[in-house]
Amino acid sequence: MSFALPAEMPDTGKVDADELKRRQRARFERVGKWLLPILMLALTLYAWDRIVVLNDIPHYILPGPGLVWETLIKDWGTLSGSLLVTVQITLMALAVAVIGGVGLAILFTQSRIVEMSFFPYAVILQVTPVVAIAPLIFIYVENRMVGLLLCAWIVAFFPVLSNTTLGLNSADHNLRDLFRIYGATRWQRLRHLQLPSALPYFLGGLRIAGGLALIGAVVAEFVAGTGGRASGLAFRIQEAGYQLNIPRMFAGLVLIAATGVVIYAALSFLSYMLLRKWHESALKREG
Amino acid sequence: MEEREEILRMENVGKTFDGSVVALEGMSLVVRSGDFISLLGPSGCGKSTALRLISDLIHPTSGRITWSGSHDVGDLGVVFQEATLMPWATVAENVFLPFRLRGKRFGDVADEVQDALDMVGLGSFASAYPRELSGGMKMRVSIARAMVTRPRLILMDEPFAALDEITRFKLNNDLLRLRDRIGCTVIFVTHSVFESVFLSDRIVVMAARPGRVVRELNVEEPYPRAEDFRTSSEYAGYTREASGALHEAMGEVA
Ligand SMILES: Nc1ncnc2c1ncn2[C@@H]1O[C@H](COP(=O)(O)OP(=O)(O)OP(=O)(O)O)[C@@H](O)[C@H]1O
Ligand SMILES: [Mg+2]
Repeated sequence: MSFALPAEMPDTGKVDADELKRRQRARFERVGKWLLPILMLALTLYAWDRIVVLNDIPHYILPGPGLVWETLIKDWGTLSGSLLVTVQITLMALAVAVIGGVGLAILFTQSRIVEMSFFPYAVILQVTPVVAIAPLIFIYVENRMVGLLLCAWIVAFFPVLSNTTLGLNSADHNLRDLFRIYGATRWQRLRHLQLPSALPYFLGGLRIAGGLALIGAVVAEFVAGTGGRASGLAFRIQEAGYQLNIPRMFAGLVLIAATGVVIYAALSFLSYMLLRKWHESALKREG
Repeated sequence: MEEREEILRMENVGKTFDGSVVALEGMSLVVRSGDFISLLGPSGCGKSTALRLISDLIHPTSGRITWSGSHDVGDLGVVFQEATLMPWATVAENVFLPFRLRGKRFGDVADEVQDALDMVGLGSFASAYPRELSGGMKMRVSIARAMVTRPRLILMDEPFAALDEITRFKLNNDLLRLRDRIGCTVIFVTHSVFESVFLSDRIVVMAARPGRVVRELNVEEPYPRAEDFRTSSEYAGYTREASGALHEAMGEVA
């Protein structure tokens, strides 16, 4: 990284101590945001490797990072198939969570009766741990895929629902009055006032839901147990555990974590793209 | 003076909140086409309540409000203390809103929208977003939105109260120019004696607890009014009179 002045901040010759300090901090923020976590990762990997090598720890207890990497490549055929299954379930659950969460939120704001009737049950569904519900689901739902999807959905949909409901009700009250004065219909109010107001809230909920859908998919698969060919990463980890194939367990774990990071990053990017023109949360990043 | 067309009549209108808070009592007011009426009074005297009653957001506890002739939702334009723009929409889309809510398509009224923006001096900002504008510019957009449909009556609730003095003077001048151009009828709520005298031809002085009208005062200075009206002796006279009425109104409470 070069420490020269960036192009967008030309040196006008009128730079005082405060400005210098501000620039220095800005530069530090920009570089540090990426460099420090990477450095941290490198250090951790190095320490991990040293500990394993120096203590002569056998690989069936703690494999070094090199071995995990090798396993990841060697077993890529099996692991990638499972990764695909997990990602598929996660994304499908997320999609259903969005449709269900947003749909229900819109219903809630359109009818107090519906809201009062259903909201408590949405909360109950949310606070009940999915590991407790999952065994039951797999008893009653024949199709394994549908069962997994259902579990992941239960975990993921609540943040979408609650955030979108909050957002739909958070429209500026003066704007709301304005819509009433201009005789807006229910649909116009929803379309032109409530939905745009809810967008930032919805996107916040979506980001949380993305991670939760993955957690739901993984937890549900642990509960569902054996699954043959169409098995996700959770089952591969379990399977590797039975076979005392610790490097493969680590490889599976790495893939799940990476998937979570990618989902989060993708949803953050989506959020940024949708809000960058007008919303405060996106503006800060520009400056 | 020729008798101008009556637009709206408030007869003995009162509003009580929660069964005990008397926000407004016995207010009577006749609004005629071309009027520029200021509601002037201390905080809590029911100015906003009066506007909310006129815009049908709340309903009178007593008395009645009648519009002359046929009245529909397009008859009213509103400007609040905050610009109250939709942050997700461009300036042009914000000004288009009253048309949109009446089922018009943008293409059919693009000229009107552009015209309204030109009139408030923001013709070249049609595709900007509100966050790119200063406070005064946002308020101009809000004014453009209120008059784009050429409503019979425009209600303004302390529209310039949050702006700095210089911007406020400028917007006062511009508002009068607009009035002269499109001949709109305005009810303008303000805390400022100076603003009310400079802008309006009728000042309704109000008092609080309970909210009521204590005095109606005419400013017989013909429109168009130039900036130098502000430094004239007539202006000084009117402000003295209005201040006196206002102090009287507040003194009764103390
Ligand atoms: N929705 C409401 N519920 C209960 N009381 C209200 C409500 N709206 C207004 N009031 C009360 O009615 C009185 C008049 O309020 P209003 O907002 O009309 O005053 P105002 O003249 O506009 O004051 P300001 O200059 O501060 O805006 C106040 O005492 C206020 O507390
Ligand atoms: Mg008020």
